[in-house]
Amino acid sequence: MKGVRREEQQRRGIFTRRAVALGFGQLGLFGLLATRLYRLQSEEGERYATLAEENRVSARLIPPPRGRVLDREGRVVAGNKLNWRALLVAEQTQDVGATLETFSRIVPLQEHERARIERELRRRRRFIPVTVREFLSWEEMARIEVNAPDLPGILIDVGTTRLYPEAEHLAHMVGYVAPPAERDMDGDPLLELPGIRVGRAGLERHHDQALRGRAGAVQLEVNAVGRVIRELERREGVPGLDVQISADAELQKAIRGRIEEGTSVVVLDARNGEVLAMASQPSFDPNLFNAGVSAAQWREWTRNRATPLINKTTNGLYAPGSTFKMIVALAALEARVVTPGERVGCPGYMDLGDSRFHCWNRQGHGGVDMRGGIKLSCDVYFYELAKRTGIDRIAAMANRFGLGVDLEIELPGTRRGLVPTRAWRQAQGKPWALGDTVVHGIGQGFYQLTPLSLATMAARLATGRAVQPHLTHSIGGRPVRGTRAEDWPSLGIPERDLRLMREGMWAVVNEEGGTARTSRLPPALGMMAGKTGSVQVRRVTREQRERGFKVENQPREWRPHALFVAYAPYDNPLYAVSVVVEHGMSGSGAAAPLARDVMVEVMNRFRTGPGPRMAEAKP
Amino acid sequence: MSGTFERRLLTRDRGAGILQKLWLIPWSFVLLLCAVAAVGYVALYSAGGGPEAYAAKHAIRFGFGLVLMLGIALIDIRFVARFAWVGYLGGVALLVLVLLHGNVGKGAQRWIDIGPLQLQPSELMKIMLVLGLAAWFQRASWERIGNPLFLVPPVLMVLVPVGLILKQPNLGTGLITAMVGGAVFFAAGVRIWKFALILAGAGLAAPIAYRQLHDYQRARITTFLDPESDPLGAGYNIIQSKIALGSGGLWGKGFLQGTQGHLNFLPEKQTDFIFTMIAEEFGLVGALVVLGLLALVVLFCFAVALRCRHQFGRLLAVGLGTNFFLYVFVNVAMVTGSIPVGGVPLPLISHGGSAMLTTMLGFGLLLSVFVHRDAEFGPARE
Repeated sequence: MKGVRREEQQRRGIFTRRAVALGFGQLGLFGLLATRLYRLQSEEGERYATLAEENRVSARLIPPPRGRVLDREGRVVAGNKLNWRALLVAEQTQDVGATLETFSRIVPLQEHERARIERELRRRRRFIPVTVREFLSWEEMARIEVNAPDLPGILIDVGTTRLYPEAEHLAHMVGYVAPPAERDMDGDPLLELPGIRVGRAGLERHHDQALRGRAGAVQLEVNAVGRVIRELERREGVPGLDVQISADAELQKAIRGRIEEGTSVVVLDARNGEVLAMASQPSFDPNLFNAGVSAAQWREWTRNRATPLINKTTNGLYAPGSTFKMIVALAALEARVVTPGERVGCPGYMDLGDSRFHCWNRQGHGGVDMRGGIKLSCDVYFYELAKRTGIDRIAAMANRFGLGVDLEIELPGTRRGLVPTRAWRQAQGKPWALGDTVVHGIGQGFYQLTPLSLATMAARLATGRAVQPHLTHSIGGRPVRGTRAEDWPSLGIPERDLRLMREGMWAVVNEEGGTARTSRLPPALGMMAGKTGSVQVRRVTREQRERGFKVENQPREWRPHALFVAYAPYDNPLYAVSVVVEHGMSGSGAAAPLARDVMVEVMNRFRTGPGPRMAEAKP
Repeated sequence: MSGTFERRLLTRDRGAGILQKLWLIPWSFVLLLCAVAAVGYVALYSAGGGPEAYAAKHAIRFGFGLVLMLGIALIDIRFVARFAWVGYLGGVALLVLVLLHGNVGKGAQRWIDIGPLQLQPSELMKIMLVLGLAAWFQRASWERIGNPLFLVPPVLMVLVPVGLILKQPNLGTGLITAMVGGAVFFAAGVRIWKFALILAGAGLAAPIAYRQLHDYQRARITTFLDPESDPLGAGYNIIQSKIALGSGGLWGKGFLQGTQGHLNFLPEKQTDFIFTMIAEEFGLVGALVVLGLLALVVLFCFAVALRCRHQFGRLLAVGLGTNFFLYVFVNVAMVTGSIPVGGVPLPLISHGGSAMLTTMLGFGLLLSVFVHRDAEFGPARE
């Protein structure tokens, strides 16, 4: 037992000595690490040491050029231009306040500019430059350069800023850019760079990620006063990708040259849904957003009742009026509640309960079949069809033609509009009455549709395919899906029914007695098929009618809107158009002639040009 | 009074209550580990530019690790000693498994997937090796250890896993494993001249071994000797790391202000080079504080060893302490350009679940040694 005790003591003694040796050895090695760190971080001035104030190595981000937006012919509609600016790098000056003070003696700084600079300095890391002043003139630059020794931390560099050569013409489509706000900061270091812009509206916003690119970085060796000695390391960024759109800037300009305030025009390639032009009057100059919009300018835009900032083709909501009648007819045919040849008598009105619904033609149309109903736009015929078909089947058909659904166009904020159903009305706590159905049979009532969706309807009537309107043709040279007609599925409407609609629309424009007979195309360009529409913006009472009511005598904002949807050529549809003229009185008087002019413009332009499909134009 | 009470409790009465054992756990040490993990959280927050990328996961893993550690701390150390060989053989089996079925990362087979967990068996092996060696040596007397034949099995116990790890290939971890084993041999009382003999032999064999190395391993050694010879190639990591350290200065650039890390000039900043991030943003002062915390952890391991009354616990504590020390030392020496770069993370701070779990497993065993430091084993044998 004693032996065991001694053994244990001996063993413990040896262990203790050796463990202590090991422990101290390890502590010693920790000490070595500490001295190594001390040498590297504090003492070794020659190669690596950079005292905290001196910053031997400075790193900068290189912004990539923002991708351009090109129109279908390759014209630049959103590009970049040079922008000389003064930047401040906080870590390269001892006293930010003093530097700014000196700077403002050379180039005066406003109070709000000072506030912005200080806010950005607080928000950003010390090595990221902050813009002091953009868009410097030659003279200001010279003054800053001469005084450079008194301006530590200030550097002049050339960046880029957005340039929209077509100014207000494509503003609603292309959108605009603005400095990023706090909520845009998604961790991309690029967004912290001075002068960087992010897409705020339109395609600039939708394609912001592709257009933005990725920042590169450069690592510089600098001496104590910030002068660059050599470049240590450079990582190239990825430039933003160019986005080519289907719209034609020249066509857009020509159309905008013809339209007045409150008018919207949409031109689609009927085969694939490419937007060729999309005009909404009035518009705005997106270049003004570059330097920040002044409060006065913003007030002017937002208080203007004609809403220049709003794209009426995607955000303006209108009842479709008679342009909706083909939808009602197709729904009735599908529901088998009518045959095309069945005649409905029109005495000029229809009575339902104690309500009387008038036809636009007080004299009445007599017996009207489906083709005649469309051609003459007989309201009584469609009252009857709607009554037989029911609102929900009409709404379902409208949705299939792109009305009241999300068309997924690349313009943020686009409205989907409203196609009422029984359920929708009940959700509002009100019952759906048969009288409501009748009114909706002629496109009046609760409908709220965008001109874009009406043009989509025209394209779908022309092709029988579920084409969706879209603007993007290619990103970085790669075509996106949807440029071929075959990309779009069939709507599943019998060809016989579609042909009937097309014949009716043809008769509207080309046959004696059609509502848009005066707006047919010059014979050389072929024939157009279309449908007129006029929608009241105020209810006209019976008393007013009896006292000889005339819309021409009403103030402008009480007059009805004028609409027209069309496609051409009739035998080989290439283009679909929708026109909405606010308070234009009548579709046949105001909208159809404009649509004809637009169609002539489109056909002349693309007959001689590279054609409406870029895939053919650019092999 | 309470000392004898506790002793009786732990030596005679095997059914010592969980509550009493919890009372015996050195909570100051647990707090120290929390402090180190908190440093990791802050550094990973910066590396990821927010908590989502790494830091949040780190905190969750540490939480799991804590539970694991405290659970193991309650296991009777004699139970651990009796089944140490199971752990050892299991570790070797996993190493074989990873060679046969493991995932290849950066040209080496290093980990296997166990459900959501990626396990690096070489990490686990180091702890299992310490367990196995401590069990082998626990009853050996001074005389017995002097007998060379007695040393043959433990030498094989070291060489087999080291060989398997080198075959992955993972030079850094292989060498660390060998050194951990050597530390246990040393503490157990193996004669000093035998170590001298092996070191001399290794010195002679080094040139031959160098030729056996993979190209990237050789590149690390040459760039270590002269990093500026190839600044954009293999020397890149070391130069960038040194620039980051140097530009950090005395007080650092401030939290989230490090340019090297945030502009991605620093490679693998969330794993191997996390210490560089800390040193760049918090300067020499911050780096030394972190180093000091890590040194305290190592010191605690040795304190446990010296207070333990049985040889198994002593050897285990020294082995675990040395393992942790080597981790820290190799990592910091690597990022300061003091030894060749070797893919060794900084324990408790670097991003990585497998390393965190094995580290906490090791500390669990250490705490078990501390809690059961007065447990009675049998006497030493001739």
